[in-house]
Amino acid sequence: MIRETRLVFVRALRPMLRNPTVIVFGLSQPLLYLVLFGPLLGSVGGASGSSWQWFVPGLLVQLSLFGTAYAGFSLIPEIRSGVVERMRVTPVSRTALLFGRVLKDVLVLVVQAALLTAAATLFGFRASVWVVLLGLVLIGVLGVAVGAASYALALKLRQEYAFAPVLASTVIPLMLLSGVLLPMDRGPGWLYGLSRANPLAYVVEGERALMAADLGGRALTGGLVAVALVAVCASWGVRTFHRENA
Amino acid sequence: MIKARGLARRFQLKGSTVDAVRGVDLDVDAGELVGFLGPNGAGKTTTLRMLTTLLRPTEGEATVAGRDLRTDPAGVRRRIGYVAQGTGAGMDQRVGDELVHQGELYGLTSTKARAKAGWLLDQLDLAGLADRDAASLSGGQRRRLDIAMGIVHEPALLFLDEPSTGMDPQSRSNLWDHIRALRDDLGATVFLTTHYLDEADALCDRVLIIDNGRLVAQGTPDELKNQVADPARPDRPTLDDVFLTLTGRALRDPAA
Repeated sequence: MIRETRLVFVRALRPMLRNPTVIVFGLSQPLLYLVLFGPLLGSVGGASGSSWQWFVPGLLVQLSLFGTAYAGFSLIPEIRSGVVERMRVTPVSRTALLFGRVLKDVLVLVVQAALLTAAATLFGFRASVWVVLLGLVLIGVLGVAVGAASYALALKLRQEYAFAPVLASTVIPLMLLSGVLLPMDRGPGWLYGLSRANPLAYVVEGERALMAADLGGRALTGGLVAVALVAVCASWGVRTFHRENA
Repeated sequence: MIKARGLARRFQLKGSTVDAVRGVDLDVDAGELVGFLGPNGAGKTTTLRMLTTLLRPTEGEATVAGRDLRTDPAGVRRRIGYVAQGTGAGMDQRVGDELVHQGELYGLTSTKARAKAGWLLDQLDLAGLADRDAASLSGGQRRRLDIAMGIVHEPALLFLDEPSTGMDPQSRSNLWDHIRALRDDLGATVFLTTHYLDEADALCDRVLIIDNGRLVAQGTPDELKNQVADPARPDRPTLDDVFLTLTGRALRDPAA
């Protein structure tokens, strides 16, 4: 099982290793937010620190969401051409077929998140190495959940024209209601209430707490929510990969 | 090598039920090269997908390569090779990498898979293409790579779904030589679907004809031709005549 996952992982990684510039292109969106939006947040951080300490952790969660939610797109041509079917006839475990791909996306995500954090220090973001490492772990866990869900959805929908609108109508509200860009408690009550129903909001708060070296309740809640998301999305993903005729 | 009884598959499509395969009995002996013929929509691919564990039969049972299809699909997968209609190689992958990877998926060590891949590329006239992207291969080369991937683990039983569709005559006859060699040199049992009757005639020991989800005839190409021979007509019937008589339709529907 570990061997099989590694095999699928290495195969998925190969085209990317031959063309690593893709990793940098994937960073362009969060970098634009960092450079063109971050400076607008002058006062958000409050007394405890600069707005960068508040904004960068949320930006990492956003990177995790956008980076892995679109992972399913890479599966669709392989569903259509017959690659997925070929692998489904091999004795390899269906779980390995899913997680080998997911882990490739998570590896890319963690590398991107590290680069983004490094870029953020140029603007004044400060955090110790171990805090950043903890933050990357939480981002990676979230990436596993979102990536597994993305592949499951791609396998169900099988067409780009169906996949893209479903993604956009899920990912954008999840992002807006997570409090990545602005604090949700400044909005009207109904909007704040909605954001409380968004599991990502807790992950964002957890990431902020972690990056502030605060390992209390918020960090714990964020971690638990991310792990719960992995449990839900991974079991959905594995079920979908197991399903006949998928 | 294959023994199926009452294999059936029903699909639910928008409220209506479609019986794609309605109770097929199949017997294929070890070492046979069997052709599975039928018009489009007759149930060829559905049957093949059931026999290769991709689709669960709604009814019936089968033993494939010595393993029970229902209770041990993983055992079946380990023992068979399957070359589907589509392309099995990822377009952003290198030819050699894909072939080695396929071997490893079947449990070969990396050293063994590498050696086997090199040998197969030579055998299937793909030598020197290992470092090319799969996307850069011609249609015939891609098909041969698919076959290489289907046999890298030396399966006792190989399924081929319309192996020569869309190939030019030279590539087709070259492919036939390779398929014959699988059986003659490697001792593999080969079960292939086709809707080219000349292909079935040239290649297969035995032919099964499926129409409307049921087997309507089986035998050697000669036996089938004799069945429909008309004493009033001097020319010997072809498999096309057999097919038209048995199914009442033309085979080469352009919607293939």
